[in-house]
Amino acid sequence: MEFLVASGVGVMTAAGIYLMLRGRTFPVVLGLAMITYAVNVFLFATGRLTLDRPPVLNGAEAYTDPLPQALVLTAIVISFGMSALVVVLALRSYLESGGDEIDVIGEAEVARRIERDGVSGPEARR
Amino acid sequence: MNHWILAPVILPALVAPLIVLAMRHDLGLQRIFSLAATLALAAVAVGLTLSAASHPPQVYQLGNWPAPFGIVLVLDRLSALMVLMTALLALAALFYAITSGWDARGRHFHALFQFQLMGVCGAFLTGDVFNLFVFFEVLLIASYGLMLHGGGAARLKAGMQYVVINLAGSTLFLFAVGAIYAVTGTLNMADLAVKAPLVAPADAALLRVGGLLLLLVFAVKAALVPLHFWLPGAYGQAPAPVAALFAIMTKVGAYSILRVYTLIFGAGAGDAAWLAQDWLLPAALVTLALGTAGILGARSLTPLVCFSVIASMGTVLIGVGLFTQTATVAALYYMIHSTFAAATLFLIAELVCARRGAMAGRLNAAPPLAQGDLMAGLFFLGAIAMAGMPPLSGFLGKLMVLAGAQGRPDTALVWAVILVTSLLTIIGFARAGSVLFWKTAKSEGEAAAAQAWPAGPVIAAGATLAALAALTVFAGPVETYLEATAAQLYAPSGYIEAVLGQGALAAR
Repeated sequence: MEFLVASGVGVMTAAGIYLMLRGRTFPVVLGLAMITYAVNVFLFATGRLTLDRPPVLNGAEAYTDPLPQALVLTAIVISFGMSALVVVLALRSYLESGGDEIDVIGEAEVARRIERDGVSGPEARR
Repeated sequence: MNHWILAPVILPALVAPLIVLAMRHDLGLQRIFSLAATLALAAVAVGLTLSAASHPPQVYQLGNWPAPFGIVLVLDRLSALMVLMTALLALAALFYAITSGWDARGRHFHALFQFQLMGVCGAFLTGDVFNLFVFFEVLLIASYGLMLHGGGAARLKAGMQYVVINLAGSTLFLFAVGAIYAVTGTLNMADLAVKAPLVAPADAALLRVGGLLLLLVFAVKAALVPLHFWLPGAYGQAPAPVAALFAIMTKVGAYSILRVYTLIFGAGAGDAAWLAQDWLLPAALVTLALGTAGILGARSLTPLVCFSVIASMGTVLIGVGLFTQTATVAALYYMIHSTFAAATLFLIAELVCARRGAMAGRLNAAPPLAQGDLMAGLFFLGAIAMAGMPPLSGFLGKLMVLAGAQGRPDTALVWAVILVTSLLTIIGFARAGSVLFWKTAKSEGEAAAAQAWPAGPVIAAGATLAALAALTVFAGPVETYLEATAAQLYAPSGYIEAVLGQGALAAR
């Protein structure tokens, strides 16, 4: 079970990092979502993986650590809110600028595009 | 228990929803309540600082749960100082926002502003690493809204980058917190300081990994090279009063580094002692050099100011990275200075840009600007402060950092970097100033229409300058306070016993 969880977290983090390094907002948003899933599972596992144990100290020998569950709940709430925000922001940025590149195009590049393609200013910023 | 410790968190947390729910259609009321709340925050911060100066660290247990189980807020000299700085800076920024009409260019400015204050004050006061994460998120969520205030395509693009890099940072924070919790079983800072040296040798590497991941997170916040890329875009595109308030946000990173790496990973941490030392100083030196290169290379006023903020963070973190008591005093003094200097410059930059019309901040010759003498004078003072020339406090701060770096094998390197970058910063600001105010082109077409400029924003910029002047004049008392602050940081037993009770260190 440890191997399965650990490799699951690892693969998901790797995929998340790869997607986050892409140049357009959609993969970046997906990557962020994936990496937050990975970190939630990771946090959950920091209390050690135990099966069928109560999350309270009731005199029993073995118990599940309840704190990571509380932490993970907080983290899920925050990351859910953040994902919603980043989706809205990506959409708004796409609608306002007409492109979904993460990069900000510099003034020099805009001037070069206007020269090269003979397009208008707003057109060249896309 | 001193209940006032909770006030800097709870006051903005109550006022912000009140503004959203009860007065969202009435800007006048919003302004009154926001200003009153910030004034009250400043008053509370003054009281807390006086209290911290005369008492050992004080603890507020939320819900009266005893320390390692419940969340605690801790008021010591450092956190009181940071809260006071936040409140004073917020007053100036808020006054600028109201008088310049920035708060009317979008919705919910004042609510977001209060939430931002709540997050920043909470981050300074909390004594729990996970709670620090939560307050980081609070201040970040509010800062996203503030940064995007006013809208526009360029601001949205820069905002998108800012949000993404901070979300990645938050994820890293969670990984670090998870790794630390997995080996120590606690997230209370004082308890971590007790447990860190007791970690089994097999787990020591994991603790160090967690500790260094945490350093990366704080480095993102503090704009330490190579994690500084987000700053020029985000601060440059943010409205001026927001950028001025954001001057405190980089200091949240510096504060966290100082707190975590003296308390948890300090002298008593066994294998993980002084974990940040090997990495912080070289990175800070590069940050200073790179920020200065940015000042020289900037082709517009606002990026110039942004890079000067990066450079000044470099100087602060050099002081922190030396990890000695005298260097920490210097770092704290320079941190106060750099916060107000950065805020001043952001405000002045916008005043200048507004008066240059279509040329805005571009460093090319343009027709003379309205109120040129006043603007030139303000810019001159701001530049003196940021470059660290006498008579303002930047000079004293840099002198203290230089003195703090004495007697080390790499003293020559540190001195060379600080002195050379100071010279280059002076050149960069002198070049910008002479282009902006002296090299004026003949006005083509109609002269700039005579316009009545409101006095309020200029007064706000003057107020931050006055704070710098006060910091210079009262350098003696401030240094006395900071010396006791550094002493408290380097003798963490007082902090630990305040949180966990007497005898907590016996386990060590």
